[in-house]
Amino acid sequence: MTDQTTTAAPDSRLMTAARSVLLLRESPVGVFGGLIVLTFMLLAIFAPLVAPFDPNATILPFATPGTANPEGGIFLFGTDHLGRDILSRIIWGGQRVLFYASAATISAYVVGILMGLAAGYFRGWLDEVISFVANVILSFPIMVLYVLIIAKFGASGINIIFAVVFASSPGIMRIVRGVTMDIATRDYIAAAQTRGEGPWYIMLVEILPNARGPLIVDFCLRMGYTTITIGALGFLGLGLPPPDPDWGGMITETRAFVTGGFPHMAIFPACAVSLLVLGFNLLADGLREVSLRD
Amino acid sequence: MLNLVLRRLGTMVLIMLVVALLLFLINEGDPRLIARSVLGPYAQDEQLDAWIMQHGYDRSLFVRYFEWISRVLTGDLGDSIIYKRPVNEIFWDRLGNTAILAGVTFLVMVVVALVLGVLAGMKEGSTQDRVISVFSIATTSVPEYASAVILAGVFVYWLAVLPGTSSMTGGFSVVELILPVLVLTLYGFGYIARMTRASMAEVMTTPYIRTAVLKGLPYRHIIMKHALRNALIAPFTVIMLQINWLLSGVVVTEFAFGYKGFGALLLEAALRRDIFLIEACGLAAVFVAVFTQTVGDLGYTYLNPRIRFK
Amino acid sequence: MSVTEHAGASGDDAPVLEISGLRLSYYTRAGEIPAVMDFDLTVRKGESVGLVGESGCGKSTVANGIMRYMGRNGGIVGGSIRFKGRDMSEFSEEEIRRIRGRDIAMIYQEPMASLNPSMTIARQLTEVPMVHEGVSEEEARRRAREMLEAVHIPDPNRLMASYPHQVSGGQQQRVVIAMALLSRPALLLLDEPTTALDVTVEAGIVELIAELSKEAGTSLLYISHNLGLMLEVCDRICVMYSGEVVEEGHIDSIFSWPKHPYTHGLFGCIPLPHADKNARPLVAIPGQLPLPHQRPTGCYFGPRCSFFEPGRCDGDLVAMESVHTDDDPAHRVRCLRWNEIDHDAAVRVEETREPVSVGETVLEVDNMRKYYEVRETSLAALVSRGSPRQVKANEQISFRAGEGETVAIVGESGCGKSTFAKVLMGLETATEGEVRLDGTDLGSIPVKQRTPEQLASLQMVFQNPNDTLNPSHSVGAQIARVIRRFGIESEPARVQQQVFRLLDTVKLPRDFASRKPRQLSGGQKQRIGIARAFAGNPKTVIADEPISALDVSVAAAVTELLMDIQREHRTTLLFISHDLSAVRYLSDRVVVMYLGQIMERGSTEEVFAPPYHPYTEALLSAVPIADPEVEKRRIVLEGNLPSPLDPPKGCPFSTRCPRRLGSICDTDPPPVQMNADRHAIACHIPLEELRLVEPVITIPERDALPAGEGATG
Ligand SMILES: Nc1ncnc2c1ncn2[C@@H]1O[C@H](COP(=O)(O)OP(=O)(O)O)[C@@H](O)[C@H]1O
Ligand code: SF4
Ligand code: SF4
Ligand SMILES: [Mg+2]
Repeated sequence: MTDQTTTAAPDSRLMTAARSVLLLRESPVGVFGGLIVLTFMLLAIFAPLVAPFDPNATILPFATPGTANPEGGIFLFGTDHLGRDILSRIIWGGQRVLFYASAATISAYVVGILMGLAAGYFRGWLDEVISFVANVILSFPIMVLYVLIIAKFGASGINIIFAVVFASSPGIMRIVRGVTMDIATRDYIAAAQTRGEGPWYIMLVEILPNARGPLIVDFCLRMGYTTITIGALGFLGLGLPPPDPDWGGMITETRAFVTGGFPHMAIFPACAVSLLVLGFNLLADGLREVSLRD
Repeated sequence: MLNLVLRRLGTMVLIMLVVALLLFLINEGDPRLIARSVLGPYAQDEQLDAWIMQHGYDRSLFVRYFEWISRVLTGDLGDSIIYKRPVNEIFWDRLGNTAILAGVTFLVMVVVALVLGVLAGMKEGSTQDRVISVFSIATTSVPEYASAVILAGVFVYWLAVLPGTSSMTGGFSVVELILPVLVLTLYGFGYIARMTRASMAEVMTTPYIRTAVLKGLPYRHIIMKHALRNALIAPFTVIMLQINWLLSGVVVTEFAFGYKGFGALLLEAALRRDIFLIEACGLAAVFVAVFTQTVGDLGYTYLNPRIRFK
Repeated sequence: MSVTEHAGASGDDAPVLEISGLRLSYYTRAGEIPAVMDFDLTVRKGESVGLVGESGCGKSTVANGIMRYMGRNGGIVGGSIRFKGRDMSEFSEEEIRRIRGRDIAMIYQEPMASLNPSMTIARQLTEVPMVHEGVSEEEARRRAREMLEAVHIPDPNRLMASYPHQVSGGQQQRVVIAMALLSRPALLLLDEPTTALDVTVEAGIVELIAELSKEAGTSLLYISHNLGLMLEVCDRICVMYSGEVVEEGHIDSIFSWPKHPYTHGLFGCIPLPHADKNARPLVAIPGQLPLPHQRPTGCYFGPRCSFFEPGRCDGDLVAMESVHTDDDPAHRVRCLRWNEIDHDAAVRVEETREPVSVGETVLEVDNMRKYYEVRETSLAALVSRGSPRQVKANEQISFRAGEGETVAIVGESGCGKSTFAKVLMGLETATEGEVRLDGTDLGSIPVKQRTPEQLASLQMVFQNPNDTLNPSHSVGAQIARVIRRFGIESEPARVQQQVFRLLDTVKLPRDFASRKPRQLSGGQKQRIGIARAFAGNPKTVIADEPISALDVSVAAAVTELLMDIQREHRTTLLFISHDLSAVRYLSDRVVVMYLGQIMERGSTEEVFAPPYHPYTEALLSAVPIADPEVEKRRIVLEGNLPSPLDPPKGCPFSTRCPRRLGSICDTDPPPVQMNADRHAIACHIPLEELRLVEPVITIPERDALPAGEGATG
């Protein structure tokens, strides 16, 4: 890496990043998605400051949205059956979801990229083995796989990360493998080979940077999908342990009250998941649209 | 072509064997855990050992794996621990229920997705395209468990036109099927629609469509005869892959609506460590997924004359 | 043909197509891109008009504009297009649709892509008359079959039942031509119809087009970047530059008296198969085509023109003016100084070069073979029995190259040129035989096991400018990496100096070091590729079609550059090419390959004169020559290149050879006959007989320059 940058203009990397941001401006939909994601990230980072109440404090059960808190303030989104403020729980839950989703997705990317590069560049038996393992994993309906893994190893943050890496790195591997096989036929790869570069140098320095376009788009999509997954596990009772808030768990705890007259308890967290995922999906779509131009 | 079919089927069998091995290792890798889940948490160590000896769990994994495989192949799925009955008696009913739910959803989803996808991709960049695209992104962003409560709020609580659960206790009921199908379709159709759109849009920019236009063919003729045929080849694989995703959705949706399908059964079995039930559900799910994927691959090669007439 | 004939033919009829003042634009985020400006063109009945110019000058845009098929972001901004006297802008969408395919048909560059992959050829052909003339399917099939026969398809019935991918490129293009002609259109637009084809296949298609236009009375608008092809097809040509016509006239007139400095420059940068680097160095046109929205004021060609006169050429837009030459009263040119310029004087100034003396043998290839095994997937192959099939990509390759020598390897696609390059570079290893560089056998040493010295001494220049540089890294970083790898320099400041020095060598400004490849033009990227190859002072450089993706004016500059550096360093250059003119121009020795085997090798003079190998003879005849004075014997090869998976048993060329002797050619590999010390021909025909063959190209008894005499006007 360092070799490549010494003679490059010092700010070229910054410029590239800046240009991508500017380009995204051209897709209003993408900007909108980006803003949603950004908002959730800010809320997550500043959760202690912005959440109006303690998410686990039981204050006033079954308060509808807008009810005043006897201890001061307003339950903007109401409270749940135990009297906990839903808005605060959504904000704190967002922090947890974003943390686990990023940790899991980034780990899955590291694994997927390394596998995909190796499979796509070395080809041969290594490719066949990696691809076969990927096929085996991908042939599980993904939720079935999660249920099996979590039920076996128990519901905990680290196990959720492990399950996501296990289940989604094969998909990432396939994308990287495809792009790698394509890029490996380019003349500049032959040029690198004929000046005696080692395989990992070629994979990481010559190939990977050129694969970033599709990978960034896919990363956003996968962040959305992992958010959904973490919620789904919570919903099925296999998620992060209570009482700390987690959106899926909030829905499942309170969904019985939806038809019983208190739909807000489950619907607000449901909207929160959907909105965050929408943000990721729109961002991905905007990035793809922008990258297809030129 | 025949060669290809045989090879794909061979791969399918191989994958099933490996998947079965994984399932087996997860569930039956440790004999003491099996004994514990059968005999309950209060069983003594001696009791466990005795049970293990008695049921042949002291033999090597390898032997037990092949014995288990051959039993499964002859149709013996073992006994359920929670229901205290042969798995066969419970399992097939549940699978049938899921087949109904997934089948109806699949039909609705594919039709909606293809129509919208083609309409959007036909005129890339038009308002029609933008509206459809944003709509399908939006619906794909609402996971089943979220739409289940949102739709329940709307149709069950406020409008009070649909039942909130779909346990079908009073026999099969079409009304109870509406919400689960809606939930699954909303979340699932967007992906196929977007793939179809992409494929259609790509075909519309190919030189052979330009040739068709410059041959002076009418627009309808170009779309129907020249574009669709090529544009639907790629989505076919996606559609078959979607069945795999549908099975995932089924687990969540059945749980959400109390629908008595195999997804709910799997969840119950997994939470209560009902080994043979887990194995049966896992095998069934993977079989369906692998089978449809094989069909998808083969169909793709069949539909694509460039491969078919090699 | 004579000019009077042509003038007579045009007198009777109204023009089929009359374009005047046409302006076409694309609308992008960067704003309006005025791709075509003030374009005039007239095509009369039965006439074939050529439109020639560098890529990006707007040729395709004109064709699409005529078809009113400008895509979503393109549009007609001004001017008129009249078809058979009627203004096309008055036509409704429906009328346009009826004209397309029936009155005006169009043929594109990529035949494979132009045909629908999932419809049989029969259906794609029959729908034309069925839609336009409402004929029955049976009738349509009958017409389709007839038309396929007319384009010389040997077995129309079988072909009609096929899908496009099942037939060869040449046949596909014949199908596309048949499809275009099915409704007997009045006008046929051809946009680079042979650019994607091999030379010998191209020759057949060009002959067919010329033949059809004579017979059917269809008018042609033939678009190409190749002046040589124009000569074989067209009556008149228009030279386009940056969105406008800069010169037009009868073909003889343009070729004999090019008036515009650009046209003149074009001739100067085309290598001719009867001139070499020492006798007639190529003169590149400096600079590059401006982007449509960045044109200079005044004459668009100004910045590249050596006759540019400040204050005059950069003033108002330049208008077309008539030039009355003896050959063509309608010859027109867009240059303010056309009658002041003495091209003759300018040409004479050029110096000729001293031939390089060839030193000791550097590279020796001895009976090298490279076979590929074609297997299914590797795991599956382990299980299945049966011997894998072999592709004999290279068979018994032997030749030598000395220090400072340029050896060309010529042949059509699939003849094994690139495989040979890969073996040399160590990206593949030879199956058998030796490749000795300075005495060490490298043929069996894969690139991973070569020492840095071995790597540095053998470098490569690649074909595709867009592929040759890594888009993610700056140009300077990529060159610097090579310098460090080969241990030339390691201290950062000195590496930087070395990078600058190399940029100087390839005549690029030093600040290019910080640029990313996408900020460079094709020719500039190729220059960087050359700089990279020469960074480690190589003994031998392999250039794999280094200029085939470039425009003529740019290609000439890159060719000259490559040769200058080679000369200076006394590098051995292996020049891989399919272009015989380029080969003739720059090489000392030539190796002609066909289906992985050497058909003929010898010095350039020996190969380009009888005795020829029958394949060399056919190749030579297929080269389009941009010189009307040169006489060429026509040899059009039948059939297509056989698949390398299933080559003919005896002589590889036997399926297409016009001089095939008989069954001996099918069964026995031909003997290698030595005509002179290092001139070998692999053929069953005895040398004595081959010596009697007439030369393919006859050069007239005069100065070989095409733009020679009487240019003073
Ligand atoms: N769809 C398009 N959008 C924007 N610019 C275009 C488009 N097509 C062509 N151009 C530009 O118009 C000019 C003329 O292109 P073209 O007609 O393809 O030239 P040619 O056929 O001579 O190579 C070029 O500068 C090209 O970049
Ligand atoms: S007008 Fe001037 S700049 Fe343009 S071609 Fe003529 S001499 Fe050159
Ligand atoms: S050996 Fe026969 S087929 Fe081959 S080139 Fe000579 S004459 Fe032609
Ligand atoms: Mg063009």
